[in-house]
Amino acid sequence: MAINYMVPEYEVVRDPQRCIACRVCERQCANEVHSYDPELNCMRSDETKCVNCHRCVSLCPTHALKIVKNNDTFKLNSNWSMQAITEIYREADTGGMLLSSMGNPNDYPIYWDKMLINASQVTNPSIDPLREPMETRVYLGKKPDHVERNSDGSLQINTPPQLELNVPIMFSAMSYGAISYNAHESLARAATELNTYYNTGEGGLHKDFYQYGPHTIVQVASGRFGVHKDYLNAGAAIEIKMGQGAKPGIGGHLPGTKSVGDVARTRMIPEGSDAISPAPHHDIYSIEDLRQLVYSLKEATAYKKPIIVKIAAVHNVAAIASGIARSGADIIAIDGFRGGTGAAPTRIRDNVGIPIELALASVDRRLREEGIRNNVSIVVGGSIRNSADVVKAIALGADAVYIGTAALIALGCHLCRSCQTGKCNWGIATQRPDLVKRLNPNVGYQRLVNLVNAWQHEIMEMMGGMGINSIEALKGNRLMLRGVGLNEKELEILGIKHAGE
Amino acid sequence: MQKEGQFHIPSGCAIAGLFCKDGRRVSGESMIDSITVMHDRSNGLGGGFAGYGIYPEHKDAYAFHVFYDNTAAKESVEDFLTQHFDIESLSRIPTRKTSGITDAPLIWRYFVHPLPRMLQDMEVDEREYVVRCVMKINAQYDGAYVFSSGKNMGVFKAVGYPEDVGRFYKLEDYAGYCWTAHGRYPTNTPGWWGGAHPFALLDYSVVHNGEISSYDANRRCIEMYGYSCNLMTDTEAITYIVDYLNRRQGLSLEEVANVIAAPFWSTIEAMPEPKRSQMTYLRNTFASMLITGPFSILLGFSGGMMALNDRLKLRSMVAAEKGETVYVASEESAIRRIQPELDRIWAPRGGEPLIFRLNEGVKF
Repeated sequence: MAINYMVPEYEVVRDPQRCIACRVCERQCANEVHSYDPELNCMRSDETKCVNCHRCVSLCPTHALKIVKNNDTFKLNSNWSMQAITEIYREADTGGMLLSSMGNPNDYPIYWDKMLINASQVTNPSIDPLREPMETRVYLGKKPDHVERNSDGSLQINTPPQLELNVPIMFSAMSYGAISYNAHESLARAATELNTYYNTGEGGLHKDFYQYGPHTIVQVASGRFGVHKDYLNAGAAIEIKMGQGAKPGIGGHLPGTKSVGDVARTRMIPEGSDAISPAPHHDIYSIEDLRQLVYSLKEATAYKKPIIVKIAAVHNVAAIASGIARSGADIIAIDGFRGGTGAAPTRIRDNVGIPIELALASVDRRLREEGIRNNVSIVVGGSIRNSADVVKAIALGADAVYIGTAALIALGCHLCRSCQTGKCNWGIATQRPDLVKRLNPNVGYQRLVNLVNAWQHEIMEMMGGMGINSIEALKGNRLMLRGVGLNEKELEILGIKHAGE
Repeated sequence: MQKEGQFHIPSGCAIAGLFCKDGRRVSGESMIDSITVMHDRSNGLGGGFAGYGIYPEHKDAYAFHVFYDNTAAKESVEDFLTQHFDIESLSRIPTRKTSGITDAPLIWRYFVHPLPRMLQDMEVDEREYVVRCVMKINAQYDGAYVFSSGKNMGVFKAVGYPEDVGRFYKLEDYAGYCWTAHGRYPTNTPGWWGGAHPFALLDYSVVHNGEISSYDANRRCIEMYGYSCNLMTDTEAITYIVDYLNRRQGLSLEEVANVIAAPFWSTIEAMPEPKRSQMTYLRNTFASMLITGPFSILLGFSGGMMALNDRLKLRSMVAAEKGETVYVASEESAIRRIQPELDRIWAPRGGEPLIFRLNEGVKF
């Protein structure tokens, strides 16, 4: 009994009329789905290996391929879905934990889609961004509490270190290792051109990319991979990673297969070893310990760089954020449960954490109630899918957003959620040189720049429609949002009214 | 239907103001005359005036003007006032029967001095003490509303057209060196006297024409500093922002204008140092107090008046001078009505504050 046969999730449909057996699909598929049968001079498929990344479909010169959901099914059961059953087979087979990648794909509410944005009519004019100035610049960091004067009466510039962004969008932490050299180069160059920031993630900073330091946020995670003095001083800001939306409560995972060559060198670990970060920082068991790390990092960088503390959106997020806002941190980054990852235990990805919209609304309100909102800036991610999500996040109270998945999609990612295998056919989440070279950083960086520019235009149009010509007047402006199909409790947490009210 | 203060009310309006730099005091009659011309910019749902220098005989006392819904509210507030202030005098504010003004609440005036013992206990300065007391009455005493609380100045407002409001309060009997006036055009029917403008706190009074699109960002920011926006009007939020920046943070009015109607970043970047970093500092530090959307405001304060437009100048506002008197109004007609011959008349640029002060040596 072949009990280890897994019914493939997808079916490769090849149109024999179109297929010319050119074998492009075979060469493009790192998962080895396609093979050539020389006897019959035709292509064959092994669907059990297919992750539906659409590489073959995109490159087939005759458009002979499509990937469709497999109709083969177990006896239908609303409780025991095919996925639930298959997962049991896999775990019973191996005794191992299920791993997945990218964000939680399950059918939980998406609050972004249940909020609608306002526009001006009659009583005040909308503003046309094609004809009037429309400002999206943002400064992140703690603001001074009190104005102080120099002896000549001028204002003393007592502002703590800040990050200046032309547009309130940054690229979120994705480590070199999880993603490729070319992907990192694309992000670094795009951040520089856009006058915003990308984030190294926890894998250190490749020597080649020190030149983009002024637009780099360097991360310090619990594994401390690649952390040293030059690294800390190379970036514009330092992010302490306490948690990640895709896997709250545990540390980063880099499979040994991806820890090769420069990746291992940059992380300062032996080649081929799994890089599993400890679940907690072992020097942070409480909030007072976090304060010590914040100040250690400030000491190491002469108080010239803002410190970001990144946390996953979990149940008690407002209280945690309040503690962080008093810890000396300059910026809090909150990552929602939809946030992506290069590898996470499936159960954690799909069941731990809370939606970023609710977390953001609670944190912003809590910090305001305590009068400490200006102690920190708030950056949210996981997941911001388009410019409307950005506008809604800022209206709820965010200073800026992080985009990770959206940036990877701009680079070609098709969200097959198989990054942990290291066989990314798009050259993004892989370290295999033959695959990495498929991502041309000259093209990749331009696509990221295009994406953010497009979003900026859209943000400006939406702001103008609301009669707002500067993004700081949108921040926390919750009257600009209305809920649709939300219950009283959800509206209360989001701090918005229902449409029609 | 919800009452004013339970939701955000957009409204359009007319504003007018005059200011005598030489300290000459003019009767409120001329301000009524001026705002009457702009009748069509109001819709009878609110009008009001602020006069400065009108109480020379009580110039060192805080003049509280209070609306009461009933005598019970009056009694409890007077208890509170007695515990916190030394009351120099109290009286009903004189009014006359005017068609067009109905449903008047009880309107009382108190000239008060903070009790030194209470001041000491609270360890705050006198003005902060007064602010806290006013906030407490307005937030916690049902049916009572302090709508004016400055020294040697007073606000007079009601539901109705401004010209009727002026006659109702007999403004011809008051003389001041500065007057501002407001006719309201709210887009609903609040019908509450406290919601009319000017809105005032201490000696700051604001009349405002516009609908600010940044309202909730501004409100949620200023509420962090102990202000509560009970009226949910733009004017209230603007007044608190001015109070916070000018009185509590010690910014000059020019600096306040550079926060609430900040120059565009592109303009700031073209400025020479150190101006550039000073402006960047103000804009960054007080980012959430930037006001966007159309507004023209007149800010009255002891010894001066400031006129300010939003940075795109989305609301009309003209200024004029004749001798030692300056005039600002939504429409030129309102100025010409009371001063046909002018030395100069101009439209101030968006975001450019006009600040007028009493000439040197003139004291009130």
